[in-house]
Amino acid sequence: MIARLLPLLAFLALVGLLLFGIHWNEHHEMTEVPSPLIDKPAPEFTLPLLYEPAKTLARKDLLGKPYLLNVFGSWCPTCQDEHPILTARVKPLGIKLVGLDWRDQPDDAKRWLAQFGNPYDAVITDQDGRAGIDFGVYMAPESFLVDAQGMIRYKRIGMFTPENIRDELLPKIAELGKTPK
Amino acid sequence: MKVSVMECAHTSLSPDGFTVGGEGWGEGAASRSVCNVAPERGAAPSPNPLPQRKSRWGRGLSRAAVFIGVFALCTLAHAIDPLAFKDRAQEIRFQNLTRQLRCLVCQNQDLGDSDADLAKDLRRQVFEQMQAGKSDDEIKQYLVARYNDFVLYDPPLKAGTALLWFAPGAFVLIGGITLALVLRKRTRAHAAVTDIDSGEDW
Repeated sequence: MIARLLPLLAFLALVGLLLFGIHWNEHHEMTEVPSPLIDKPAPEFTLPLLYEPAKTLARKDLLGKPYLLNVFGSWCPTCQDEHPILTARVKPLGIKLVGLDWRDQPDDAKRWLAQFGNPYDAVITDQDGRAGIDFGVYMAPESFLVDAQGMIRYKRIGMFTPENIRDELLPKIAELGKTPK
Repeated sequence: MKVSVMECAHTSLSPDGFTVGGEGWGEGAASRSVCNVAPERGAAPSPNPLPQRKSRWGRGLSRAAVFIGVFALCTLAHAIDPLAFKDRAQEIRFQNLTRQLRCLVCQNQDLGDSDADLAKDLRRQVFEQMQAGKSDDEIKQYLVARYNDFVLYDPPLKAGTALLWFAPGAFVLIGGITLALVLRKRTRAHAAVTDIDSGEDW
């Protein structure tokens, strides 16, 4: 009897596997590549400020306080979608918001920020994309939560939404307070 | 980067299913079209979603957004990078190496093949490191440190990839054992039948 049921059970197991796959894809982004930099020190960078290109902002300048590095570009339509959410939902969290203008022309970025508003506490430019590569950026927008010690604690690939701010970003920010100084 | 044409160059399929393009096509044509396949995912959410499904729509929206972001990087700017190789041997080494690396944007293309802007940047990075005398392994390590084992078409065997390496063998083994058991049973059943009803060979 059991032997007779075996093919059916095998089939059901297969169906279960397929359903699991569908369920998994519902909750995961297939093109998402998890970053190996989580819980590792943020890479070194020294990049010119968008509004004062003669000045630079470096990794060490940002140590001491946590910050959220948001990778964007004026060419990036999703960044435009994310922009009002950054302004309305992320900025009020009180965390320092650093914009990394990635593979972009500074003039385009300035126009873009003038048009949509500038939620960033500082904007740095990475015109040739080298700093982006050091951060393992492969699309925009991407965001990195860096703690006061300069360690990357969380990476968001793609845009922030109210849901993932609530479910991912907020808990990660809350954890920052608990890490010993 | 000015354009955001939402398609990867080279990846379009001709009507007969073969990929149109130059030399160096490694694998099946269909698998390469990742950047053209999913625009329907970008469909806007219905104007009037049911309230209880809100988070679901939110997810759909964020997913659509990720796709759009990916498309935006897959530009049509077809370029053979003007890289100044020292000699032919270095050029061949460069081509071999970039063929073993995966483009993060058009994820079924290798780095040598992809016209995504990021791929161009990464090729430049590989080239510069090569000029600086780094070995192939060092260059791979450089990319893995930033983009994970995912950049390697031939992932190393370690705890995280064990399933990837051993699952196919395990499935073959399970299938083989099942087949062997079934066949043995049938042979026995057949032998029992032929004992009674001898004479005819089927």
